Amino acid sequence: MAPHDGTTAGRVAAGDLRAAARLMRDLDDQAPSARETLRALFPRTGRAYVIGLTGAPGAGKSSLTDRLIAGYRRQGKTVGVVAVDPTSPFSGGAILGDRIRMQDHALDEGVFIRSMATRGNLGGLSRATADVVTVMDAMGKDVILVETVGVGQDEIEVASLAHTVVVVSVPGLGDDVQAIKAGVLEIADVFAVNKADREGADRTVRDLAMMLELRRSTATRPPADHDELHRFQAGEPWSPEDARFWEPPIVKTVATRDEGVADLAGAVEAHRAHLETTGMRAEREAGRARAAFVSLLRDRLLAGALARLAGEQGNLDEIAARIAARQADPYALAEELAARLRG
Amino acid sequence: MSQKERTLRILVAKPGLDGHDRGAKIIARALRDGGFEVIYTGLHQTPEMIVAAALQEDVDAVGLSIMSGAHMTLFPAVIDLLKAKGATDVTVFGGGIIPQDDVPRLKELGTAEVFLPGSTTQAIIDWIRGHVHPRQAA
Repeated sequence: MAPHDGTTAGRVAAGDLRAAARLMRDLDDQAPSARETLRALFPRTGRAYVIGLTGAPGAGKSSLTDRLIAGYRRQGKTVGVVAVDPTSPFSGGAILGDRIRMQDHALDEGVFIRSMATRGNLGGLSRATADVVTVMDAMGKDVILVETVGVGQDEIEVASLAHTVVVVSVPGLGDDVQAIKAGVLEIADVFAVNKADREGADRTVRDLAMMLELRRSTATRPPADHDELHRFQAGEPWSPEDARFWEPPIVKTVATRDEGVADLAGAVEAHRAHLETTGMRAEREAGRARAAFVSLLRDRLLAGALARLAGEQGNLDEIAARIAARQADPYALAEELAARLRG
Repeated sequence: MSQKERTLRILVAKPGLDGHDRGAKIIARALRDGGFEVIYTGLHQTPEMIVAAALQEDVDAVGLSIMSGAHMTLFPAVIDLLKAKGATDVTVFGGGIIPQDDVPRLKELGTAEVFLPGSTTQAIIDWIRGHVHPRQAA
């Protein structure tokens, strides 16, 4: 381990694996000290390339991640992996089983794998996933793979976090109507059709290609646009003639046989190069920074407002009960508190 | 988050050559139902793989499921390696096909508890809640 100044941030930056792992836990558990450490690490971040992998449960995200790790390691790159699995809404517990598919890298010191539970968050990631990615960035990882929980159609949080989003499909999950639904399919920078040795693989590729063709005429810029309250806003239309236009390639893979994975990595690399030459990488990072900042601000302000409310009106459960019984007006309460906080 | 609210993270592993994972999967599911985050690493784990995962995942405890009879080698191997890596605060427990007579020696070697065949999953959950504590935030 490199020399360090003894602080947690110093240790993490010097390569102390245990310090980094403990910091990730503290971030997951929202320990106040962790925020301070993240502040100290922040200037060292921004180098890592972040790749998101999302798609339906059972599509093979973990297996593809495993094969991609091998490819990046052969190139001499160090890799961080965050694998997210769902928290049970009944018990609050979770089975985090994605590591099983990445056994080949269990003893490789150039690979750091961290499993996280969603802990009630609904966007496909956990609330602390972005922070954990920041820690891996500060540790010096060249590439960070973020595997979302198995998603359906609406969990698009990973688009705000990753430079390149790979959406993993499998044959046989739906007809061509499914292919043109909004949500997850729209955030893809690269499509992987995994388990491509199964029947229906070519059909799935055709469905996706047809969706892209239909979209070409009405395409708008990727969903990185937000209004002043940070709500998603449709981007400006763009056409294939636009130098910045990117049509997601569709790559067939069979992860368990290591087939098509080099092509997938090539497609990711092509996207990365496109982001660099068009200047869109800097835009995406600004969008990510905006998302992170607004989230921080929201948490701080809400914490302050709830503390103030508790001091003046009783705890939140009592207030909620009064509102539900129509004995208190939520609109007036919120407006009045916000006005007082504005000062 | 206050100390008592920190969700426990527990690694469940099957070390060695033993290929029967049904017990480990039942334990993993039970621990999830008990409110813990279970990092399940599956079959054929070496002590080195188990400890590497335990460190990366910052777990509070490691549960070893051993049906092969190799427990007298495997438990101390994991315990000693955790110690060598400075992770003395990780509780090691386990279960499987382990003769009652071997339990005292396993505890001497640093195993916190051994659950013999017939132990209920609730007993394991209750024991964890009583004996495994998340460390303080840094």
